[in-house]
Amino acid sequence: MKNNNIEEIICISCPKGCRIKVESVNNEIKNISDYNCEKGKRYAREEFKNPTRILPTTVKVKEGEFPLVSVKTEKGIPKDKLLKAMDVIAEIEVKAPVEIGDLILKDILNTGVDLVATRNVEKID
Amino acid sequence: MKSRYQLAVIGGGPAGMAAALKAREKGIEDIIVLERDKYLGGILPQCIHNGFGLEYFDKELTGPEYAAKFISDLKESEIEVQDETMVIEINDKKEITALSESKGIIKIKAEAVFLAMGCRERTRENIKIPGDRLAGVLTAGTAQRYTNIEGFVPGKKVVILGSGDIGLIMARRMKLEGAEVKAVLELLPYSKGLIRNQVQCLHDYDIPLKLNHTITRIEGKDRVKRVKVAEVDDNSEVIPGSEQWLSCDTVLLSVGLIPENELTKSIGIELNPVTGGAEVNEMRETEVPGVFAGGNVLHVHDLVDWVTEEAEIAAFGIVNYLKNERIKRENSLNLKAGDNLNYVIPNKIEYKDVNRDYIKMFMRVKEPMEDIEIHFINNEKSILKYNKDFALPGEMLTLNLPEQIIDKDMKNIKISLKKQDKEDLYEK
Repeated sequence: MKNNNIEEIICISCPKGCRIKVESVNNEIKNISDYNCEKGKRYAREEFKNPTRILPTTVKVKEGEFPLVSVKTEKGIPKDKLLKAMDVIAEIEVKAPVEIGDLILKDILNTGVDLVATRNVEKID
Repeated sequence: MKSRYQLAVIGGGPAGMAAALKAREKGIEDIIVLERDKYLGGILPQCIHNGFGLEYFDKELTGPEYAAKFISDLKESEIEVQDETMVIEINDKKEITALSESKGIIKIKAEAVFLAMGCRERTRENIKIPGDRLAGVLTAGTAQRYTNIEGFVPGKKVVILGSGDIGLIMARRMKLEGAEVKAVLELLPYSKGLIRNQVQCLHDYDIPLKLNHTITRIEGKDRVKRVKVAEVDDNSEVIPGSEQWLSCDTVLLSVGLIPENELTKSIGIELNPVTGGAEVNEMRETEVPGVFAGGNVLHVHDLVDWVTEEAEIAAFGIVNYLKNERIKRENSLNLKAGDNLNYVIPNKIEYKDVNRDYIKMFMRVKEPMEDIEIHFINNEKSILKYNKDFALPGEMLTLNLPEQIIDKDMKNIKISLKKQDKEDLYEK
């Protein structure tokens, strides 16, 4: 049986926030409408096929000047893996000193994307 | 530490750091930065999300990453930084009194002062929500600091009042940390937050945004138990019969920011009622010669990139002041907000062209508007026009006023927005 679907995607390319319609059959795009520029059309296609987000959060630090260090996924990871990624990240504890760009976790949830530090945390004695 | 400096910078956030670095780069040796927190960067280190730096660095950074560039440059520059030092008074002779964690009471005299104290959040008391006084009611920024710096998540069942960017960012943050975010309520019929944040902070996690809604009462015992949520009409008046109780243990408020100008007032500088900050000339100098202001203490910005840029404009003015290199105009040129503009910064132009091609202007519109013309009007005549597809109150407008169109006798320029003339469009 065919699975027809119309999904509304709010474009974030500019402050207009166009509500773009993506029509699909069995997850294959058949038509994109209600966009106002090519950038919007491209965004809607990408967002329909593979929505990804950079995940910024924190991990615990031992012996650091602060109890936490901020981290992020270096690139976007699939949207539906964000909450699962948080569970994995909650288990991590690193040791000070930490520097910006330091690898915190390689290849999170087999996404091929690394988790890296976004703040310097010095060691305290 | 000495008792006299050429330049004292009050606040080590993005504005203070950028101004200190730029002033040093332009040859000012004798600078001190006074910061009340334990670390530099102001609010940036707790803004762990991405989206910073697109304008200034041309790449997307998180808050701590944006701050780190300036923090490490400051370290390298060996500019003196006194942290855990809270300035409590500045007088009109530019004498500064501060309380330092390690040194006690400090007194400093500076030739020039840069005010960069930033802004603070409006609280429950500011907006007067009735009910019980309880734990669990806090500003979104305080919750952000607890969650991202101190390591405490401040609640499990959250209602957020206010859909500005901080409210949206904290809705996602609380959700990611395992809390249930029941709703984001917005008094206005639209969110002032960026579209990108509305999508990626609310839609992504199915967090409901209730427009035209507010909290009319907070109840509980020791800790918040429930809030009364009401629908409002277009005049923000509660619609009778629309009230419903919502159970929660935490209320986060994201209901506006106020420039933190107690020190500005202690100098004797008048504040502008619209911006909540001082009035400044194109050098970002206040009415007191040698006292400059920039960043959120002057007017609330939506992008840190513009804060940095404004602080660098101020630094340019500070250097000109300290080196006595500026030449005053015969009369000052006043810049005024006209139709559909809330305010314009700078408020006036007082100096002649000193190696500048244009004057960068920051302004904010009153109402959302599409297909607009922005006119610079002198003596009822439009002397400069910009076209824009749209303007939103939540997104600051930045436009350049070219030096060549500023006449030496001009006394007033009014900046007004109007709808584009459709016939005009067809001509092009």
